[in-house]
Amino acid sequence: MTTGLRRGSVAVVGAAESDLGQVAPGMSPIDLMAQATARALDDCGLRLTDVDGLFSASAQARFAPMMLAEYLGIQPRYYDGTQVGGSSFMSHLAHAQAAIEHGLCEVALIAYGSTQRSVSRAAASPPDFNPYETPFRPLLPTTAYALAAARHMHEFGTTREQLAEVAVSAREWALMNPVAWEKEPLTIDEVLSSRPLSDPLTVRDCCLVSDGGGAVIVTSAARAKDLRRPPVYVLGVGEAIGHGSISNMPDLTTTAAVHSGGVAFARAKLKPGEIDVVSLYDAFTILPILLLEDLGFCAKGEGGAFVADGRIAPGGVLPVNTNGGGLSYCHPGMYGLLSMIESIRQVRGECAERQIAGCEIALSHGNGAVLSSQCTAIFGAGSTV
Amino acid sequence: MTATIKTSPNSAYVEALRAGHLAYQVTSDGRPVFFPRVIAPGSGEGDLEWRVSGGVGTVYSTSVVHRRNEPPLNVVLVDLDEGFRMMSRVEGLAAASVTIGMRVKVRIVQDTLEGDPLPVFEPMAETPAKHGARPS
Repeated sequence: MTTGLRRGSVAVVGAAESDLGQVAPGMSPIDLMAQATARALDDCGLRLTDVDGLFSASAQARFAPMMLAEYLGIQPRYYDGTQVGGSSFMSHLAHAQAAIEHGLCEVALIAYGSTQRSVSRAAASPPDFNPYETPFRPLLPTTAYALAAARHMHEFGTTREQLAEVAVSAREWALMNPVAWEKEPLTIDEVLSSRPLSDPLTVRDCCLVSDGGGAVIVTSAARAKDLRRPPVYVLGVGEAIGHGSISNMPDLTTTAAVHSGGVAFARAKLKPGEIDVVSLYDAFTILPILLLEDLGFCAKGEGGAFVADGRIAPGGVLPVNTNGGGLSYCHPGMYGLLSMIESIRQVRGECAERQIAGCEIALSHGNGAVLSSQCTAIFGAGSTV
Repeated sequence: MTATIKTSPNSAYVEALRAGHLAYQVTSDGRPVFFPRVIAPGSGEGDLEWRVSGGVGTVYSTSVVHRRNEPPLNVVLVDLDEGFRMMSRVEGLAAASVTIGMRVKVRIVQDTLEGDPLPVFEPMAETPAKHGARPS
């Protein structure tokens, strides 16, 4: 299960966000991908003509790799449009690593862009019709996470306040990130008293609706050595699909992150206690609680207590979502690529006020759809390989 | 599976609803399957057998959906006693009064004239047994 991809065989050499938040009128998702691509190439000193592997997914562009290749005017030797929601880009990273190891490409571009704030969520990602769910009018994806939160509260005594702590901690980190959307502090009471969407979740338990995108450049460890920036090595990636729709999730309190994390940690030859900075998909406040448990940072059922009392906030025991996360920094529909960019920057030591001193190993975890797809990526500095 | 499919799994399910039955499938070794499929998940076997559920189950999780300018709407996942789970709603009490562990029984309703019949649930009088509700 853990053979095939070699620890540190490839490295991220370039990483950049596109414009974020509310972008210029008329910008397209591919415009944002291209802007981020130019910035990521500039970051590492490679040129567009060096890119021979292309990886992309978007709810607004069903044929994202084709549209991006056309836009960039390149004909990649290898490409992949795996669409597993917000975790797509960790999957792309795993697939890029495999392709590079096998010589199918050498310089891989992973890109994402969304204008969901500008065009509205309804227009950016219209839901699929499901005859066994849609007629009951759940507010998806929110209701799916609400059902998981209600079940977690029932089984383990997780509290409404503990869920709110996730949002409050994210906000504290966001206040240290100059490009974060949210600029004002947030309290637990404000989370609890904001507009209810799907009980027990309020609008402040839910991620932002942002425009935005990003790009990363991945290449072989050999080629990474003499580029502009210190390489950030891919130590291990794991992918797992649990289900598609929430009514088919076997246990609403345990995600497939158990499997993706297991594979990523085994490939990286690491344990949760050895991770310096953690970036967890936080589309809804219940999600980091589930992921901390499923990735092994705490036991099942203890996630609520783990996030309480500022333990994942600045100055806490474990830095989680130092960029402010999808809750307070940016959530352009699919957040996984931005999560990886934060891990890469923490390992490079570029995060200024929010930098975690001595960060050598960072983990990014992506979640897709309704707790459906789970992908874990572990990055390390040169000292770790 | 060489024969052409004449009735889709969903059509067979909806036909059963029209006849007043909540239908589900079972594999040859008795494993319940829901949503209805052409082949069995896991094994791939193609001879799934249709059964009619007793329609009695336990609320596995519940939420109240708040849409603008609409009354609160209950959405639940129900574990039917035969061992399959489905999304539905519980009627006959306030949306927020539905609790995990509540024992419920199916009732087939017609929400809209043109839509398919829907299996919704209502509370049973009996107290929760094996899944015991916990006060929240």
